[in-house]
Amino acid sequence: MDSADPFPATGSLEGGQPPPWAGWRLARLARTHPLGVTGAAVVALLAVIAIFAPVLSSYDPVVQDAERVLHPPGGQHWLGADNLGRDIWSRIAHGARVSLSVGFLSVLLGSAAGGIAGVVAGYYGRYTDVFLQQAADALLAFPTLVLALGIMAVLGTSTANVILAIALTLAPRAARVVRSQSLAVSSTEYVAAAKIVGAGSLRVALRHVLPHCIAPFLVIATSALGTAVVLEASLSFLGIGVPAPAPSWGGMLAGPGRDYFSAAPWMALCPGIAISLAVYGFNLLGDALRDVLDPRQRPL
Amino acid sequence: MNMRVYVLRRLLQGVLTLLLVSVAVFAALRVAPGDPVDVIAAGGAGAEAAQAGSASERAALRAELGLERPLWRQYAGWLSAMVTLDWGDSFVTGRSVWREFANRLPVTLQLSLMGIAVAVLLGVPLGVAAGLRQDTWVDYSVRVFALAGVSLPHFWLATLVLLASVRYFTWSPPPGYQALFTEPWGNFVQFLWPALVLGYSGAGLLTRMTRYAVLEVMRQEYVRTARAKGLHPGDVIRRHILRNALLPVITVAGIAFATLVSGSVVLEQVFALPGTGLYLLEAVKLRDYAVVQPIIVFFAAWVILVNLTVDMVYTWLDPQVRYG
Repeated sequence: MDSADPFPATGSLEGGQPPPWAGWRLARLARTHPLGVTGAAVVALLAVIAIFAPVLSSYDPVVQDAERVLHPPGGQHWLGADNLGRDIWSRIAHGARVSLSVGFLSVLLGSAAGGIAGVVAGYYGRYTDVFLQQAADALLAFPTLVLALGIMAVLGTSTANVILAIALTLAPRAARVVRSQSLAVSSTEYVAAAKIVGAGSLRVALRHVLPHCIAPFLVIATSALGTAVVLEASLSFLGIGVPAPAPSWGGMLAGPGRDYFSAAPWMALCPGIAISLAVYGFNLLGDALRDVLDPRQRPL
Repeated sequence: MNMRVYVLRRLLQGVLTLLLVSVAVFAALRVAPGDPVDVIAAGGAGAEAAQAGSASERAALRAELGLERPLWRQYAGWLSAMVTLDWGDSFVTGRSVWREFANRLPVTLQLSLMGIAVAVLLGVPLGVAAGLRQDTWVDYSVRVFALAGVSLPHFWLATLVLLASVRYFTWSPPPGYQALFTEPWGNFVQFLWPALVLGYSGAGLLTRMTRYAVLEVMRQEYVRTARAKGLHPGDVIRRHILRNALLPVITVAGIAFATLVSGSVVLEQVFALPGTGLYLLEAVKLRDYAVVQPIIVFFAAWVILVNLTVDMVYTWLDPQVRYG
């Protein structure tokens, strides 16, 4: 190769273009963002467990069996059985379905509603903005769990209402972040240019403002997943979340079963570790996404 | 901006938010599925009781609740009752909601105060240490510790604490509530573990914020100038980095303090402390709106008030605002 080439290909400047196969890039990603990749791996593992729960577990998560009450971990029940003789691994695996689906749905609902409100507030400004900001402030005035409790008191306990309650607590947070981004984008020159060319306000909002709000939206939505999982587990733990016979991680730590925890610690440790892993995974992933997507918050 | 104008605007905004909160809570019962009379008649006894109420009883209840009046007058009456602490009686127990609530408030307040003390004493030094030694093992271990604090739910940590203490130290929390003034030591022991659990998650948040603020300040040109002119590194940290970095931390600590109520609900349940959180939870389970509504409004008002106070303190502390 001619070393005097005045216009070298961009990659050769760094002395070695990365080979374009996926494994190598993944390895590089793991080296530059070890915590983020760990988080992603944990989340992926839990998702696989949730999706294939019926295949991965050979017992029904709600069927009780007097023969195997408080069966210690090992043998047929590798995580043991609870005070009603239910297989804990089956309950953890099926509980993953509950936790992750409630988490994803509530974040989807809450962050999407909040995100749209944020784009609208930032782009249209004036009274729309003042009103939406005030609404967000009012929602943020409630301590998270207190708000969720209030909503559950009005709506009654059901899985759908848990999703709704969590979504409402998450929405104002997403709205705030997206609004400030939308506000910044709305005053850029290319938005002005689009308006001058004659683009309608809906078109400008959807084609020019919205795409720039996606990165901060992803960051806030990922961390919201961790919050959502904790909230669902807390509500279920308090006995007003996912209704009782259904396996949920928070519910497994609550109720009359607590009396058996010191005799059968596996009953408490398994669901607790599952919750912690899920939340830790989402938070690690969220932190890493923030580093990658949001240069303003990138540490030194 | 003129200080007085700012303070007035901030006050007005707080009042406006509070009004919006009250409208939302007032409206919640009315948008709830079903007639409020059904919902209230069902209070505690479950859905079957709703049908049981006879027509005359329903009419009496309707009149008692003032449901025949125009909506805005209902709201005005309800709001003035909230403000004057005339909260009425529980649908289930018939006892005065305010009296019950006021009796339990010291427990929640004590737990929150001890929790925020733990959070600040643990979180701020760790955050400063991690920020000053970025990308060293100190930084990494503090970050992992802090993220765990944010990630581990209160009820799980509390369960672990109880499990460990019962199993390995044969200690279990004393069954009855020990009052602060009659049994100071018993009270302290009883509150210590829930406060540590509550404080740890607050510490996670504070550590992350402090670390970020320290990193942010360390990038500033005045820090570089202070170093370049040969100031002692300890002086740079004390006089330039910490004084600037800890200002925003005050705001976060204040907000964290106000929202510790969420954790308090869970911890009062686990450690059987007779606080307001437990009261709210029991009322929610019974769908006792007479109890739920005022408590929720109270906590929202509490958060708004604390935020307002923190903002005022901040403007007073920050020389840029004070002399600006």
